[in-house]
Amino acid sequence: MTLTESQQLAYVAAQAADARVNLQFETDDGMTLNIGPQHPATHGTLRIIVRLDGEQVVRAEPYPGYMHRGYEKLCEVRTYPQVTTLVNRIDWLGSFANEVPFILAAEKLMDIEAPPRAQVIRTILFELSRMANVSLFLGDLGIQLGGITIGFYAFRDREFVLNQIESATGGRFHPNFDRIGGLKDDLPKGWIAETKRCMERMRTFCDQFETLVLGNEIFQARTRGIGVIPPDVARSYGLTGANIRGSGVDWDLRRDSVPPGLSYDKADWKVHTHPDGDSFARTWVRLQEVRESTLIVDQLLDAIPSGPVMAKVPRIIKVPEGEAYVATENPLGEMGYYVVSKGDLVPFRVKIRSASFNNISIVPWVTRGVFVPDMVTILASLYFILGDIDR
Amino acid sequence: MPMLLAIELAYWQETAIKVAVMAVLVPTTALILGIVFLFKMMSWMQSRMGPQEAGPRGLLQLLADGVKFLQKEDIIPDAADRFVFKAAPIVVLVSTFLTYVVVPAGPDLVIENLPTGIFFAMAVSSLSVIGVLMAGWASSNKYALMGGLRAAGQLIAYELPLVLAVTGVVIQVGSLSMQDIVWAQATGEIFGWGGIGLPLILTQILAFFVFMAAVQAELAQPPFDMPIAETEVVGGYHIEYTGFRFLFFFLGEFATAFAFAAIAATLFLGGWYVPGIPPDSVWANVVGPIALFVKIMFVSFLIFWFRFTYPRFREDQLQTFAWKYLIPLSLVNITVTGIVVVAF
Amino acid sequence: MPKVPGMVKGLGVTFKTMVDTLKPSGGPVTVPYPHVKEEPTARARGVIALHEDNCTACMLCSRECPDWCIYIEAHKTLAPPRRAGGKPRQVNALDRFAIDYSLCMYCGICVEVCPFDALFWSPEYEFSEVRIADLLHEKERLGEWMQTVPEFEPYEAGSEAKPKKVPAYDPR
Ligand code: SF4
Ligand code: SF4
Repeated sequence: MTLTESQQLAYVAAQAADARVNLQFETDDGMTLNIGPQHPATHGTLRIIVRLDGEQVVRAEPYPGYMHRGYEKLCEVRTYPQVTTLVNRIDWLGSFANEVPFILAAEKLMDIEAPPRAQVIRTILFELSRMANVSLFLGDLGIQLGGITIGFYAFRDREFVLNQIESATGGRFHPNFDRIGGLKDDLPKGWIAETKRCMERMRTFCDQFETLVLGNEIFQARTRGIGVIPPDVARSYGLTGANIRGSGVDWDLRRDSVPPGLSYDKADWKVHTHPDGDSFARTWVRLQEVRESTLIVDQLLDAIPSGPVMAKVPRIIKVPEGEAYVATENPLGEMGYYVVSKGDLVPFRVKIRSASFNNISIVPWVTRGVFVPDMVTILASLYFILGDIDR
Repeated sequence: MPMLLAIELAYWQETAIKVAVMAVLVPTTALILGIVFLFKMMSWMQSRMGPQEAGPRGLLQLLADGVKFLQKEDIIPDAADRFVFKAAPIVVLVSTFLTYVVVPAGPDLVIENLPTGIFFAMAVSSLSVIGVLMAGWASSNKYALMGGLRAAGQLIAYELPLVLAVTGVVIQVGSLSMQDIVWAQATGEIFGWGGIGLPLILTQILAFFVFMAAVQAELAQPPFDMPIAETEVVGGYHIEYTGFRFLFFFLGEFATAFAFAAIAATLFLGGWYVPGIPPDSVWANVVGPIALFVKIMFVSFLIFWFRFTYPRFREDQLQTFAWKYLIPLSLVNITVTGIVVVAF
Repeated sequence: MPKVPGMVKGLGVTFKTMVDTLKPSGGPVTVPYPHVKEEPTARARGVIALHEDNCTACMLCSRECPDWCIYIEAHKTLAPPRRAGGKPRQVNALDRFAIDYSLCMYCGICVEVCPFDALFWSPEYEFSEVRIADLLHEKERLGEWMQTVPEFEPYEAGSEAKPKKVPAYDPR
């Protein structure tokens, strides 16, 4: 294979840049450890370069980008209905939750509102995907700490949530169910009763997690006082979701600024915060969130109004000129879409604000001086999803 | 053994038989533990049913896995210290084999009834540290090195409570021979009642607790599995091993678990002794191995139950646990035992 | 009463799960796959079936597909008149209709946009192939999937939607 001159130059430049990074890390004393891009603790392909002094971390630097799929650019060549199927794949564990902010942004631009039945069902599915996502986090935390059994329990009970999502939407992982102006379809018969049973199961799982992991003295010794993030630091790094609530900041988009199109006001629920800001606090907040979600779903299931699930929408969707930013409280934190339209079939520009990208920005700060095992705990409790970082 | 068979064998014949028995016994025990606990019990605890395809109800799965390991390419990293790298699994396995030598399965069924049996067992079982360190160093891999060093620190730290816990038993019995310890339990009496002998777990419950905790750490099982923690050091010292060399480590791990369970059963649960069968009858030689096996399975159940339930400690917390809790506890146990033995 | 340490309670949880799994009334949650199969729900998106009689080769599905993995070729032809004595109608006859399942994302847009109800989802999922090229299903194969399409489920109370009908399978 022969390279053109510019290709050769680009290659040399890339090598030199890599070498600089390595040199910078190798010249101090101590040892450099590449955690990732293929390492079990990074659940995906995150690469973290760690400078070690013994087992103590001197400096850790995350290098994302190994899974960049260019969704922002791809969205520019997809029509609005086609975008939802793409953005499903950003945070692949809570995929329905990815569609909602985009659809809400488009609805805002088109000045359409979904019928009340669609809004409630949308909220229920949103919470179901939150459960599917966070319960896997809880199990994964156990696996990271060596207690594999709770991981299997998480997979077991999450399966029932996925079944519910599948029987309503047709897709377990990539529902593609949300539409501009409503939902693709109505619920099948018997779904409400089945979902209530599923919520019971999730609550049992939460209890099991509480006894098996949160109540375990070893777990507490591993997480209490580890990776403490004070509230002001959490704010300044732009943390969102359970990470900032674990630092004691009472901040939840579901309560503070619900965009029109979701009906959280129909349920009675509260936001959990924990003052400690350590790994334990973040885990505790997430567990309470799953519990709270089951309660929200239970209440909303009783409050589904009758009516259509789709508003009157033109067959060929053209979004009028304008721009809109809509953010929702996704399982991982604030996820927002900034959509710019020039009145075409396709968006002119889509900027995706995904929670994990901001959440891992704190890794260098919070891992200074901790041990390698603690770094694993901190990474697990910060909870990121690779697709959500790299998009 | 010669007494049982009532045949006089030459020394080399006897040795050949013993070696053959060991060569069969060690892998078999590892297989049994692997299948019963690692595959089946773990699956049940996780609402699964475990392997189903190989053999009846999947019981031959581990054999199939062993064959698979043998077929794999034997990869040695370029930068590895080849000789040390190759030798490490063998050192580990040798240490495991030697531990089996002194465990009695009946009044006459013991490979070698050393007068210092328990001392010998403790000594050779710590040989595996050298193998682990060799593996960690020779792999020329940062993770392996970290894992190897962690393993070395941990195994040495837990050697002490292990030995100290055993000391309590030894003081009470007054002998280092494993056979004597079993006999003492078989002929002992609880306040004048000799129905079940005197399993030393009743008097040495503290030592039993310390011993089990230390065994868990020696075996590098959760909650003490930092040397091989796959989410931290990605398998630790066996990260670079494949094929049959990895199989050696695997065999060593499970066979050692069996050996330690056997030692625990002998020291604390009466070994081969079954209540109701006089220890000097010939029947003890027949029922003994079965009784020992049942007791070993019980102890292994405990070991693996903890393994599948707990998350792991951190390296420094593990050292703290050993030096601040286990060692003082076992010292207290020794003191109390000593005073009681002298006073009565 | 002193508090039971969490470590002991944790042991209880795993032990209870083991007993539950072994009890005949409980049992494991997994199924041994090739021998026992889990039934996917009726809406599950497994494979797309084509009812050729309904397809007018309007190309809507292939245009809306996000990764353009539907291939359609057709020609115009005359069909016999609907009523006796009428004029022959001009229709599109399908020459080729293929979906490349190695590219398909199972998003369901094609099924949704088809104005003539020619495409249906079937929950069938066992169509993996050794060679990736075999995942290109031509219209005969797509037509055969029609046998596996379940009836549409009735809707939950309070819904205004009406379940559609699945056309009868006619083997060619
Ligand atoms: S399901 Fe989606 S990707 Fe697959 S053929 Fe239909 S439109 Fe294309
Ligand atoms: S949209 Fe329907 S009718 Fe049109 S070509 Fe596709 S399958 Fe045929």
